[in-house]
Amino acid sequence: MKKTNPPVQASLAPTGQTPGAAVHIHIEPPGRWSALELGQIWRYRELLFFLVWRDIKVRYKQTALGVAWALLQPFLTMVVFSFFFGRLAQVPSDGLPYPLFTFAALLPWQLFSYALNESSNSLVVHQRLITRVYFPRLLIPLAAVLAGLVDFFLALGVLLAMMAYYGVALTAAALTLPLFLLLALATAFGVGLWLSALNVQYRDVRFVLPFLTQFWLFITPIAYPSSLAPEWLRPFYALNPLVGVVEGFRWALLGAQNNAGPVILISSLMVLFVLVSGLFYFQRSEKFFADLV
Amino acid sequence: MQPGQVAIQARQLAKQYRIEQGAPRYRALRDELTQWAGAPLQSLRARLAGQPQPQRLSNRKLIWALKDVSFDIERGQVVGIIGRNGSGKSTLLKILARITAPTLGVVDLYGRTGALLEIGTGFHHELTGRENIFLNGAILGMQRSEISVKFDEIVAFAEMEKFIDTPVKFYSSGMFMRLAFAVAAHLETEILLIDEVLAVGDAAFQKKCLGKMNEVAGQGRTVLFVSHQMNAVLELCPRCLWLDRGLLVEQGDSRAIVNQYLRSGISNSAWTPTDEAWVENNFFRPTRFALVDADLKTLQREVRGDEKIGVLIEGQCQTTSSAVNIGFALYAASGELLFWSFHTDTPETDWPVLRTGENRLLAWLPAHLFNEGDYRIELNLSLHFQEWICQPGVNAPSLSFSMRGGLSQSPNWLSARPGVLAPVIPFQLL
Repeated sequence: MKKTNPPVQASLAPTGQTPGAAVHIHIEPPGRWSALELGQIWRYRELLFFLVWRDIKVRYKQTALGVAWALLQPFLTMVVFSFFFGRLAQVPSDGLPYPLFTFAALLPWQLFSYALNESSNSLVVHQRLITRVYFPRLLIPLAAVLAGLVDFFLALGVLLAMMAYYGVALTAAALTLPLFLLLALATAFGVGLWLSALNVQYRDVRFVLPFLTQFWLFITPIAYPSSLAPEWLRPFYALNPLVGVVEGFRWALLGAQNNAGPVILISSLMVLFVLVSGLFYFQRSEKFFADLV
Repeated sequence: MQPGQVAIQARQLAKQYRIEQGAPRYRALRDELTQWAGAPLQSLRARLAGQPQPQRLSNRKLIWALKDVSFDIERGQVVGIIGRNGSGKSTLLKILARITAPTLGVVDLYGRTGALLEIGTGFHHELTGRENIFLNGAILGMQRSEISVKFDEIVAFAEMEKFIDTPVKFYSSGMFMRLAFAVAAHLETEILLIDEVLAVGDAAFQKKCLGKMNEVAGQGRTVLFVSHQMNAVLELCPRCLWLDRGLLVEQGDSRAIVNQYLRSGISNSAWTPTDEAWVENNFFRPTRFALVDADLKTLQREVRGDEKIGVLIEGQCQTTSSAVNIGFALYAASGELLFWSFHTDTPETDWPVLRTGENRLLAWLPAHLFNEGDYRIELNLSLHFQEWICQPGVNAPSLSFSMRGGLSQSPNWLSARPGVLAPVIPFQLL
């Protein structure tokens, strides 16, 4: 068995590592709080890509309806809302056709509720991975959130078709849509971080989830405009980050005259808060995930 | 990268686990909230009643899975980690692989590190073999470009060319294992942590895996290899670490440590009656039943496959009778009876003739018969077709021994094969 050892094959090491600049990994007991290591996400971007790709691929492979399902869900919700809230209850819609008004809100909502469901359970679902391989655990809820983008873009196509039908043209404001999409993703990711980490420790979080989702749907201006809230309440109302997201979507896509500036600002600050606190909480808990799941 | 440079340096590593007795490891948020909400009330009530404060952690037990483990591993060394179940081997590997954090102590790893704690991690049955290679490779830490380069090699190693675009849910378990191992075997990091991944597939594939491991070991990479298979450890690792109950008992030359480890197995290898009147009879009253080594010394250790084991039966005869059958029954760890053997199994002319008074009978269990594993042996005494003196499974004393290592000298046979027995049968060309 005694063999002379040839030098380590540097050619096999990725990203042109030179022997002098070898990787050094230091492991020590975790402190309670430590600086965020977001650079890790970038270093593991390929794995993130594969996880998202797998989620999407499997999702559309497994469901018989596949793509149709992604479109049907928001579309039917829109039809129901339009009939009951728009037609029967005569809920105002910022002067826009009600179906457009509510569908533009359903886009980020769908992204959010999907992300919430998928990410909160994601760590438990991936427990084998967590107990066998090292990688930044953040990738798991992040991948769950990003996988929802496919549904989002499909639904966006439907919205554009509906806009053409109703004769509502896109304006220059549409260029800001990526920002609001980012805001929606950040909200979903922030909440997802909290819920996924909590769910590892406390398994009954998933029982709270259906209620949470339903509750959140009602306090978000999807079926109604946020202008329905009295003036004094609005700053507090906007603490729900989705208020800013939804009003932003309406403004960017439909050119809604909803004076949403202050609301969006408050919501954005709230998103930032949820996201950063979620990142810290997640990073603090992730050291123990493998021992708990 | 001078030889002698340190690749892994561990200092006072310790890992404490919390075991909640009779409860799952995770908790319900509901309980936490009610406890949290009720705690002030409870403690107030306790204080008023003059009782001690309620203990929140009362039903939790803390155990040290690893304690004060320090070692250095030089670049290019292939080191085995041995120890019984629960000795902390896997915990150590998981800390090094950054899957779980140590409670105390530090580790420094100098080099890109990959861990194979299981093969096929992250495989998805809906995806094809090709897709799973990329996915699994990425999970193990390979770059996409790296996987692309090795893709054909991986497929060829797994012998899966035909099925590579078939979803793995249609694979047999053997095919699945082959593909999973093939990906794992092509993980080429500078430091590699491996946990028993070889125990998969059929014998032929195991052989191939070990061959691959041997190749890996010879490439100058630093390898840490956890295994129960002493053969594989001896074959692959010049050096090893021995863990027992979370402590690092010994480290150094594998041959010495494996021997020491095997000797440490406390065995139940000798029996004497505690009661003089035990199975009182005139034909053969057993006084000692023991397993011995080649020097007729009682076995106090695990046995190697290439050693013969002596079964020693001693007893008193007051009357000699040709009807007496003295022997033993041998069982596998599963409890399955392997065989009976008696001193009267040979032609009558070759039977040992018992004398009145003390008799010592010795039977050799041949080398290269048993596989790695635990075996039980029971005394078997009867008067032929008349009556039992010691009936296996009823009133017979039983001994046990463990077989580890030394199965074969063949370079192709390094680890335990499936099956209870592992005889080495010579083949000849006709």
